[in-house]
Amino acid sequence: MSAMDGNLRELYQEVIFDHNRQPRNFHDMPEADHHADGHNPLCGDQLTVYLRINNDVIEDVSFVGHGCAISTASASLMTEAVKGKTVAEVEALFKDFHALLTDTPPERDFGKLAVLTGVREFPARVKCATLAWHTLHNALIGDHTPAHTE
Amino acid sequence: MNTVADPRLALAATELPVADDFPILARPVHGRRLAYLDNGATTQKPTAVIEAEARFYRESNANIHRGVHWLSQHATELYDAARATVQRFIGAARADEIIFTRGTTEAINLVANTWGRKQLTAGDEILITTLEHHSNIVPWQMLCEQTGAVLKVAPVNEIGEVELDGFDALLSPRTRLVAITHISNALGSINPVAEMVEHAHAVGAVVLVDGAQAVAHQAVDMQALGCDFYAFSGHKLYGPTGIGVLYGRAELLADMPPWQGGGDMIRTVSFERSTYAEAPQRFEAGTPNIAGAVALAAAIDYVQALGMDRIVAHEHALLAHATAALSAIPGLRMVGTAAHKAGILSFMIEHIHPHDLGTILDSEGVAIRAGHHCAMPLMTRFGIPGTARASLAVYNNETDIAALVSAIDKAQTLFGTRKPA
Ligand SMILES: Cc1ncc(COP(=O)(O)O)c(C=O)c1O
Repeated sequence: MSAMDGNLRELYQEVIFDHNRQPRNFHDMPEADHHADGHNPLCGDQLTVYLRINNDVIEDVSFVGHGCAISTASASLMTEAVKGKTVAEVEALFKDFHALLTDTPPERDFGKLAVLTGVREFPARVKCATLAWHTLHNALIGDHTPAHTE
Repeated sequence: MNTVADPRLALAATELPVADDFPILARPVHGRRLAYLDNGATTQKPTAVIEAEARFYRESNANIHRGVHWLSQHATELYDAARATVQRFIGAARADEIIFTRGTTEAINLVANTWGRKQLTAGDEILITTLEHHSNIVPWQMLCEQTGAVLKVAPVNEIGEVELDGFDALLSPRTRLVAITHISNALGSINPVAEMVEHAHAVGAVVLVDGAQAVAHQAVDMQALGCDFYAFSGHKLYGPTGIGVLYGRAELLADMPPWQGGGDMIRTVSFERSTYAEAPQRFEAGTPNIAGAVALAAAIDYVQALGMDRIVAHEHALLAHATAALSAIPGLRMVGTAAHKAGILSFMIEHIHPHDLGTILDSEGVAIRAGHHCAMPLMTRFGIPGTARASLAVYNNETDIAALVSAIDKAQTLFGTRKPA
């Protein structure tokens, strides 16, 4: 097995395929109090993230849209990771997750999000893995212009 | 495209012995043999071109049109000779109809900013097609905003062809400019340009042809096409990046105001008023990409030595072979199957996003493009976010197609979507 094959298996782990085939929290949310759109013009990925926030806590989160396996799985994993967290915790997690993919990550338990670590070896795919998070961030701050990954 | 009984036999007969001419093809990628199938984005460069550019800097470098010294005159001669080479290559009537630009994009913007700003007024119409690359859409949208002109778009059918009826229906005496691609970079469809030019001229419109995907893959002759402007990039023609060409008919160029102002484009300058040089200098402000022009001429010499007839025969045979090989893959759908097609294969694979496919193919040394190919409205027309695209050039062969097919198989295996054939 070449180094590249190893990297590819790190990128496309079974958890990724699972969340790509059956994304969790994949529906719209008429009762959402926050939402934002995200768009990666480079590959046409498009999604909307919905939130219901109560007392600064993310009570419910969902998304709809279409994209590559990495972006769909990342969005799905994100919804699982942020449910029940406070807004401040989520923003801190986004920062740390971004560092996990691009930089020196802080010591912390990333839980299932750690399966996306394989993206580190594929700089062209970092945008796929972070689009949902940029969109979530926009939803939190009430920015209704479509989120980009630039 | 010729229909051949056994595409493989035809393929063996048309193969061009050029792989050794392109040093980069010997470079492994991820430890694999490189199958470079992203020629629509840019082609690789033969040693003859790399050497021509290096030799210019080693032996001939000086600025042009301004030195009394020998080197400057020598560099000027090489630059002028490159212009004459381009003129002969595309069958322009005169060398001064050839303007060097940075590429296709700059050539189109030049026409929009000079001819367009002078000629168009509110209510005039610009007609393009659904096939266009963003660089043959956005400059016209900007011109419409500036002048009040209106952009019209000719439709494409299900297989990616602009039908003449649909095109003609949008032509009217209000049509001042028709801007059409010669060959679609996203689907490979070849437009019936000569007929479109004739119909456009019949209503008095001026015609610009985007030849970025055409000049390396078929003979192009300005007299036969009859168009008024023709734009292309050197880097898709085995030449360097940063050099391209705008052909413009002499009568039109003579009447066009300059775009960028500066050195080399003037006749006289005073603080009260400047007068401008004739074409092509009027449109080449500042020191141009001299080495790039010289190397572009070397690229044209290279293509002509191979022979355009042989290039066309090989690429068509390889296209037929690749089309058959890809179509046999379960779950693969071709996008764009025009009757007249150049060596571009756009496709979708069930349950695998083009971007994921691109990453997996790359791990096998197979370089393709995944995405919207700078033709977002065309992707919207087909209701897809993008495609995977393999685009062919002279050095591609059956081994590259076999690598592509086997890498697609690997992707389907990895995604668990591989079906028995
Ligand atoms: C059909 C077509 N038009 C225009 C362009 C733009 O060319 P360039 O980027 O070299 O200016 C391209 C290539 O990207 C193309 O394929």
